[in-house]
Amino acid sequence: MGGLDDLYQQLILDHYRNRRGRGRIEKPSASVHEHNPVCGDECFLDIRVEDNRIVEIRADGDGCSISQAAASMLTEVVADKDLNEALEIVEHFRLMMHGGAEPDEDLLGDAIALEGVAKYPVRVKCALLSWLALRDAIASYREITAHGG
Amino acid sequence: MTTTGSPALDARAIRAEFPMFVAQRPDGRPVHYLDSAATSQKPQVVLDAMNAYYCETNANVHRGVYEMAAEATDRFESGRTAAARLINHPREALVLTKNATEAINLVAWAWGVRELREGDEIVVTEMEHHSNIVPWQIVAAMTGAKVLFAPLTPQGEVELDALRALIGPRTRMVAAVHVSNVLGTINPVREIVEMAHQADALTMIDATQSVPHMPVDATAIGSDFLVFTGHKMLGPTGIGALAATPERLNAMEPFLGGGEMISDVTTEGSTWAEIPWKFEAGTPPIAEAVGLGAAVEYLEALGMDRVREHERATAEMMIDALGEVPGLTILGPRDPDRRGAAVSFTLDAVHPHDIAQFLDSKGVCVRAGHHCAKPLMRVLGTQSTTRASAHVYTTDEDILALRDALIECRTWFGV
Repeated sequence: MGGLDDLYQQLILDHYRNRRGRGRIEKPSASVHEHNPVCGDECFLDIRVEDNRIVEIRADGDGCSISQAAASMLTEVVADKDLNEALEIVEHFRLMMHGGAEPDEDLLGDAIALEGVAKYPVRVKCALLSWLALRDAIASYREITAHGG
Repeated sequence: MTTTGSPALDARAIRAEFPMFVAQRPDGRPVHYLDSAATSQKPQVVLDAMNAYYCETNANVHRGVYEMAAEATDRFESGRTAAARLINHPREALVLTKNATEAINLVAWAWGVRELREGDEIVVTEMEHHSNIVPWQIVAAMTGAKVLFAPLTPQGEVELDALRALIGPRTRMVAAVHVSNVLGTINPVREIVEMAHQADALTMIDATQSVPHMPVDATAIGSDFLVFTGHKMLGPTGIGALAATPERLNAMEPFLGGGEMISDVTTEGSTWAEIPWKFEAGTPPIAEAVGLGAAVEYLEALGMDRVREHERATAEMMIDALGEVPGLTILGPRDPDRRGAAVSFTLDAVHPHDIAQFLDSKGVCVRAGHHCAKPLMRVLGTQSTTRASAHVYTTDEDILALRDALIECRTWFGV
């Protein structure tokens, strides 16, 4: 069952059982709700932005171990990152999921453990759900500030 | 175990007739295929019949003058005859489609768009597959009609009194599934059809999960429309059927226009071919119809009563085996007489995707997700379930492998 251990590395199971950054932010700068059409899983992602940095990020919703671990890792990896940096990390993660990037641990932190998911096309969506939600949240934040600010 | 007049099916012997089970997976994993509600495996005779059509008489149907074309037409039309015979329905009123979804869309467009008016009501149940919801929502949006949902009991059966109360003078169509693809529930379709007819509403029965597994008599059910699909009944993909009353089909305008479906075409306009061809525009799925015919003959040779008895016994064993898994909850009826062998369940906090992935590592193939029934998932208060489903080739070993893998899965994910 090497394949299974490859997919579900201990780090993933650890993040799944002990979720980091779970919940909602009371007054978020931007908030996004995404769902996975394959399984119906939902993800609520809130960010609070100050001086163009993510000062707080939280993800909520139910899902499989891959989606929950990916969300947990995301909240750690992009915490206190500048918005452009965060987008760069998300893009690197997205490419890794599609088998198009050599994973860079400095960028991805614990999320490098999700590398094995790329081999399971149906599960890639699980891993990407919260990460793409962050991309949308940043876009939404920029839209709000461009129009409102 | 209930006893029937004839001996039970020998699932092990049946497996030997399915190349998928004879072939080895590259890594030598066993194949415990428990996803037949999604699509069934195909016996060698079905593949051979399709191959023989291509090798021996490949020609377009209906118009060719040469002998080979006539043979192709014969083989194609024999597929229709077999499918109609299986469900005791007149062959001229059996329209071949791409699948059950297309068959429902055919009715939604050819009947619904033309006939529905503002304020008319279409009644469906909360356990419908998206294919018996979305086409109605589309035509409702076009016509101003409404789609109403009959609720379910906590046991996962249609609340018949509530359904009766929903059907009224505005009801034009009652569309219900025969056997639920999620809960396995067998619905009392004759009773539902009678209820609808008393209110002068038409009826559509989605028999996708029943025709492959039990004797289905479309004439006795008496619905205006009944649909099913080939690939869940040991046949190929790309072929399904709409069985309708001849009067209804004659009264309806075509769905798709093109070759094959006309009587005459002039620059001023066209007239239509006789039924069922009026509803079969373009070159049909010929090899697929041939394969469907072979699948029907295979099922008939097994005997649909015995197929149902195997399914009933399999459902019973599956429910007992799943009951041995700690933390597991079965959705839908427990009584094997009231259900098919598609069994959905949840397992503590382990997500269905994780269950299905873990089971795959043990060679157990199940489905995880919303099963194209999101309104039902909301009723059940969940986003997704895991579903194991059987067919004639499902053995006791498959079910025990499922049980054992689930017990191990729970430990593995540490819940």
